[in-house]
Amino acid sequence: MSDAAAPARSSRLAVRKTYKLYIGGAFPRSESGRSYPVTDHKGSFLANAALASRKDARDAVSAARKAFAGWSGATAYNRGQVLYRVAELLEGRRAQFAAEVRAAEGLSARQAEAVVDASIDRWVWYAGWSDKIMQVRGSANPVAGPYFNFSAPEPTGVVAVLAPQDSSLLGFVSVVAPAVVSGSTVVVLASERFPLPAVSLSEVLATSDVPGGVINVLTGRTAEIAPWLASHMDVNAIDLTGAPGDLADDLAVAAADNLKRVLRPSEQDWALTPRLDRMHAYLETKTVWHPIGT
Amino acid sequence: MTAPTQAIGELRGFLHGLPGVDRVGAEARATMLASRSIKTSAKQWALDAAISMIDLTTLEGQDTPGKVRALCAKARRPDPADPTAPMVAAVCVYPDLAGVAAAALAGSGVHVASVATAFPSGRASLEVKLADVKSAIAAGADEVDMVIDRGAFLAGDYQVVFDEIVAVREACADAAHLKVILETGELVTLDNVRRASWLAMLAGADFIKTSTGKVSPAATLPVTLVMLEAVRDFRDRHGRQVGVKAAGGIRTAKDAIRYLVLVNETAGEDWLEPRWFRIGASSLLNDLLMQRTKMMTGHYSGPDYFTLD
Amino acid sequence: MAKFEYAPAPESRSVVSLRESYGLFINGEFTSGTDGGMFKTISPATEEVLAEVTEAGPADVDRAVAAARHAYEQTWSVMPGAERAKYLFRIARIVQERARELAVLESLDNGKPIRESRDVDIPLVAAHFFYHAGWADKLEYAGYGPAPRPLGVAGQVIPWNFPLLMLAWKIAPALACGNTVVLKPAETTPLTALAFAGICQQADLPPGVVNIVTGAGETGRALVTHPGIDKVAFTGSTEVGKEIARACAAGPRKKLTLELGGKAANIMFEDAPVDQAVEGIVNGIFFNQGHVCCAGSRLLVQESVQDEVLASLRRRLATLRVGDPLDKNTDVGAINSAAQLAKIRELSQAGEAEGAERWSPPCELPDRGFWFPPTVFTGVSQAHRIAREEIFGPVLSVLTFRTPAEAVEKANNTPYGLSAGVWTEKGSQILWTAARLRAGVVWANTFNKFDPASPFGGYKESGYGREGGRHGLEAYLDV
Repeated sequence: MSDAAAPARSSRLAVRKTYKLYIGGAFPRSESGRSYPVTDHKGSFLANAALASRKDARDAVSAARKAFAGWSGATAYNRGQVLYRVAELLEGRRAQFAAEVRAAEGLSARQAEAVVDASIDRWVWYAGWSDKIMQVRGSANPVAGPYFNFSAPEPTGVVAVLAPQDSSLLGFVSVVAPAVVSGSTVVVLASERFPLPAVSLSEVLATSDVPGGVINVLTGRTAEIAPWLASHMDVNAIDLTGAPGDLADDLAVAAADNLKRVLRPSEQDWALTPRLDRMHAYLETKTVWHPIGT
Repeated sequence: MTAPTQAIGELRGFLHGLPGVDRVGAEARATMLASRSIKTSAKQWALDAAISMIDLTTLEGQDTPGKVRALCAKARRPDPADPTAPMVAAVCVYPDLAGVAAAALAGSGVHVASVATAFPSGRASLEVKLADVKSAIAAGADEVDMVIDRGAFLAGDYQVVFDEIVAVREACADAAHLKVILETGELVTLDNVRRASWLAMLAGADFIKTSTGKVSPAATLPVTLVMLEAVRDFRDRHGRQVGVKAAGGIRTAKDAIRYLVLVNETAGEDWLEPRWFRIGASSLLNDLLMQRTKMMTGHYSGPDYFTLD
Repeated sequence: MAKFEYAPAPESRSVVSLRESYGLFINGEFTSGTDGGMFKTISPATEEVLAEVTEAGPADVDRAVAAARHAYEQTWSVMPGAERAKYLFRIARIVQERARELAVLESLDNGKPIRESRDVDIPLVAAHFFYHAGWADKLEYAGYGPAPRPLGVAGQVIPWNFPLLMLAWKIAPALACGNTVVLKPAETTPLTALAFAGICQQADLPPGVVNIVTGAGETGRALVTHPGIDKVAFTGSTEVGKEIARACAAGPRKKLTLELGGKAANIMFEDAPVDQAVEGIVNGIFFNQGHVCCAGSRLLVQESVQDEVLASLRRRLATLRVGDPLDKNTDVGAINSAAQLAKIRELSQAGEAEGAERWSPPCELPDRGFWFPPTVFTGVSQAHRIAREEIFGPVLSVLTFRTPAEAVEKANNTPYGLSAGVWTEKGSQILWTAARLRAGVVWANTFNKFDPASPFGGYKESGYGREGGRHGLEAYLDV
């Protein structure tokens, strides 16, 4: 975090953080070597964030695909534990995140704290869904014949997410958590203007038992990266929330090439408790028949 | 010993009629047995037993007579600082180095085991495989570790697999005992492991062995559990005791002790000696020696105090 | 002497610090009983006294219920679900942190092997709190309407066989749904409940949300008949369950759930995977010394494979290690009390008297403490007492059947209906049999598997209501 936010009282120089990408559990710079300056709400320089390239996006999708078997194969209980652990670590870093959100979005101290609290609680809310979504979305079905028949939700696979542009932490958490809770893996492109809280969140993910590749975080230009994710044939679903209005339709058209499940942007008050639609969007339903007889 | 002959249909019917293995249940049992706590006097016994059951192995393309001699020296005297450490059961090498091993081990009581039958893949004609076996025995091997034809097994050609084992057993005659490597990592299902175990025993195997060590997974506790059940049931039914060798992937003393617990509580203590249970390994030996030293001295040892051959 | 003799591998007791005496946990603190009565809790393996525990009298139960009512009205029922959830998550985490201490304490007080309390009981306790924490703020999705409300104060009485786990089964859903509780642990196993009270304090749970009143039958009666509670949950014997049902029939309406006894049939078909089935049979009746309501106490084996199954079973039983519960290699621990041991002996003698053949593997039993060797009765028929009555000990009765229909008929031919097992390689047979068994839990090719997401409970005289899963929430909601 930059020391530009407050006038320096002591003569000690701050050791500034380098903000990198988070791919496959590691923190590489962009393979393109590019970066872009990120400013606070007043326009002062905060940091240079990595400017992701299409190859970074490609590598991220590859990492997400590699992590899918393990993550979707873990028990729901295990996933819930891991996600709850993320919330524990976020809580521990409450002050840090409040400062970052404040610097980015220009919120008051109290507003920023409320945003961080809401983000942590949002994460906890989703963590508690991992071992329940099947009970709410699945069923045994009374077919007319001597067959046992059940339907169960399964994760769709690799999900690309365009995080909301204006909500650097709460919005970010709200679009990422629902995708991973039931076993899908994610490549998320952070807000273009406010990417830094997302990178700090990556640090939390890296230290919290989340296996590498389950969540991959890219920072950069939405208009540059989004089309590559939308057209990628190994991505199973895409959340267009962070897509600028004119781009969203084009992205949806590109997504149709492999019939990705598409979540369209809509007006969203991130402070409200979510419904189930964001989880549902990433669930397939499998129905199994088996005869009953001796 | 004459191997029983089986008509094609009967063999298939018999093997497919064996009770199935529920994987989840088998793995749960193996996991439970792995949680046994072996301490103090029990651990001491187990460490020495494990050392005495090792087939000390080198099976690399780059093996040389020098390498084999060094390994044999270690086999005879595993711990340079402690002559009370038991010798291993055997040294295991490729057939063309069996002669070097035999010379180096002469008079020690440590057996000379040679792999054979186009180890590790088993992909060669029966002629070539038998020649392989004969050359090993002529060079001085008194144990032969053959591989089964996994391709034939998975294709359901059980008779082919059976006949090959019979032929190899005949070639061994009284000169060598025969271990049959199932290569469980390629058989994949526990049902297949059970069937292959029975097939090998019916064909005359003296030992059934999990793996070549060249394919992962090699030996695992669940796979060895199934094989131990098979040898136990085979003895009950046919009156003949067959040994089990777990090979590959057993690196620590803790692992080795888990296998001994498995043997103890599955096949029973009749199998708890080198004559009936072996562990195919290389780096395991030093870990066993380190644990052994720790028990005697009371403090943790380090790799510098044990030889790397 | 065996070739490979496992040396003693005792788990250290030093991780537990026992107090000499314990008070009642009411309104967030430990407090003396008003009547001054105390009783002792002992280790059933050695008969040593572990601690003195307070006997809650009627005045104490009043206090506890009042505290629970106050906490319900002022704090817990008005707290948002998301905040209740976080308390439950905290409790789950603390249980995980103190897992070893709780496991040792449980084995000391109950007599069960440390391996079981360490690997089964305590992890499931944490899991129950974890699972139910997640429901606290999602009740509108549980299938009970858009805004289901809690009932109020729950009075809960639990048995001695899985002390802390039964506590978790009761408290976690009750709290998740917004109720407050007064819980009475069994008189022979109060210690982990009292440790749990300490965990509630560590979690900063608001006072009065959880209250623990220790005592015996009288305390339990005072609790379940108390006019100030809205819900009764009881796990224990069918006999006492019926008494409670009668008591609740008269008087103000209280929602009631009962989880009672069983005499489960473990059905083994001729095509079962033999080694795993034998494992499942052993696990079904000797796990937890057979002190399990859902124990597979009747083996119904298909007659065509009876001999080989029994041979396999006897061979397997010979490897069971009976002894010191704190030894990590012990498989079968002590019987929980002198009273229970007497009951097991009485029924086993009846088994012999009625003509069944009795067999136990040779095992050395310690001199002090309450012990019973794993026992198998063969040649048992449905009419025998050991086939009908719940023994609640490590005693297996073996009966045979010829056809699937006969297996189902015999399995169902009991007033109980808690659980059953089915062993066969044929999937359709599993489903056919499961569909016909009058039992609340059917285990196919496995046994004694529990999970907070999986509803558990009985048919017929094994009780009513379910615990666990979405279905288990109903017991604690006003729906």
